Amino acid sequence: MQPCSESIREAAKRLLLEKRVDAVIGFRKGTVPFMNEPFLARTPEQAGQLVWDGNCAINLANYLPKRTGSVAIAAKGCDSRSIVIHLLENQIRREQLYVLGIPCQGMTDKRRIADRLNGRQVLQAEETGGKVRVSGRDFEQSFERADLLQENCAICTHKNPVLYDELLGQPVEEQQIDRYVEIGKIESMPPEQRRLYFDELVQPCIRCYACRNACPACYCPTCFVDESKPQWLGKTTDPTDTRTFHFLRAFHVAGRCTDCGSCERACPVGIKVRLFTMKLEKQVKELYGYEAGVTQDERPPLDAFRPDDPEPFLG
Amino acid sequence: MSDWEPKIIAFLCNWCSYGAADLAGVSRLQYPPNIRIIRVPCSGRINPKFILAAFRHGVDGVWVSGCHPGDCHYIEGNLYARRKFALLKSQLEYTGIVEPGRLHFSWISSAEGTIFAEMARRVVGSVVAAGPAQHFIKKQAEVA
Repeated sequence: MQPCSESIREAAKRLLLEKRVDAVIGFRKGTVPFMNEPFLARTPEQAGQLVWDGNCAINLANYLPKRTGSVAIAAKGCDSRSIVIHLLENQIRREQLYVLGIPCQGMTDKRRIADRLNGRQVLQAEETGGKVRVSGRDFEQSFERADLLQENCAICTHKNPVLYDELLGQPVEEQQIDRYVEIGKIESMPPEQRRLYFDELVQPCIRCYACRNACPACYCPTCFVDESKPQWLGKTTDPTDTRTFHFLRAFHVAGRCTDCGSCERACPVGIKVRLFTMKLEKQVKELYGYEAGVTQDERPPLDAFRPDDPEPFLG
Repeated sequence: MSDWEPKIIAFLCNWCSYGAADLAGVSRLQYPPNIRIIRVPCSGRINPKFILAAFRHGVDGVWVSGCHPGDCHYIEGNLYARRKFALLKSQLEYTGIVEPGRLHFSWISSAEGTIFAEMARRVVGSVVAAGPAQHFIKKQAEVA
């Protein structure tokens, strides 16, 4: 994926030199392997620091709401869909934006790599072709990239950006896949078992709100977790409070979540928080035939209605 | 156990279902007294937080009722609410926060006092069948 870094740098340099944009939002190398950090390049020189590889999973659309001035943004499939959501919700104007679309092959999950290394520390990582080569003290190992994908990337059906001004690289083939296998398994459990399953799932939660902060769809001026009068959500790690938090966080992004996986990646204790949002995604698709961020011509599902909407909840 | 009576919170919209409760009352219709009514301006006012808060405080059931779709005093309040409720109920039952039979929704106009009483009996019956809520109740901190 190195060539992509080159084309981003080139495009960023050009845009900054032409003064077409004030800044380019992308990634630069982080200080540890598998961790690239979001980066705003404001000068052509800084544009030289931009990179693109399998560790650019964070959704950059998170940096757009309420931004002033014009800005270019590197956007893979899910980022571009989140940008569409921001446009629909008037968080940014299209004229301000220059979207550098990037067809995406999926992002690698640093936890999956860690799982395979039995605690050995990686000092260097490199991606070439379909392989990820990691090395540390006294060891060197190579993995198939396809085995290390984040869960949401493995079931992604929008790898290519839906909106862009310039496409860097060739479009990739989209996969036809049932996205809801995991959800189906949980749905088929009896209610009691489902309750225990989710109790256990969120049990390690420390309520750091990293999932909320990483989410491009979470930009309310006052988040419901910070409200104090009235305080609808307790601030403790009491199981009911934690369950309420995860429920409401997912509900707030219903019909707006593009399954970019930023929440899950950000979670310090590795909770699969996507299991909450995916169910809503499935429900929205089944009931209203809507997929978040794919088109700009339709209002988000909870901001619209049809006279003949289904009413499966009555009774 | 035998003297347990369910506590049920009913969120009724001001214009229709609250009127229906009123009509059921002045018509001297009998229905179980287990519901505590909270009057809201419109079923569109219902926030998922309210329902979760009710359960967290220990109610055994929640019933939300508004105008029939198309008859909303605010024209479209309940049409938005309808989409919200559909997702809310399926998500609450999916995550296991609410067992089936504890959460009920209905559309009842202010002329439908008999339907209100009948629905109240159904809701109470269903919550009684589900038994006392046990799992999603926040324990108050014990102070020494």
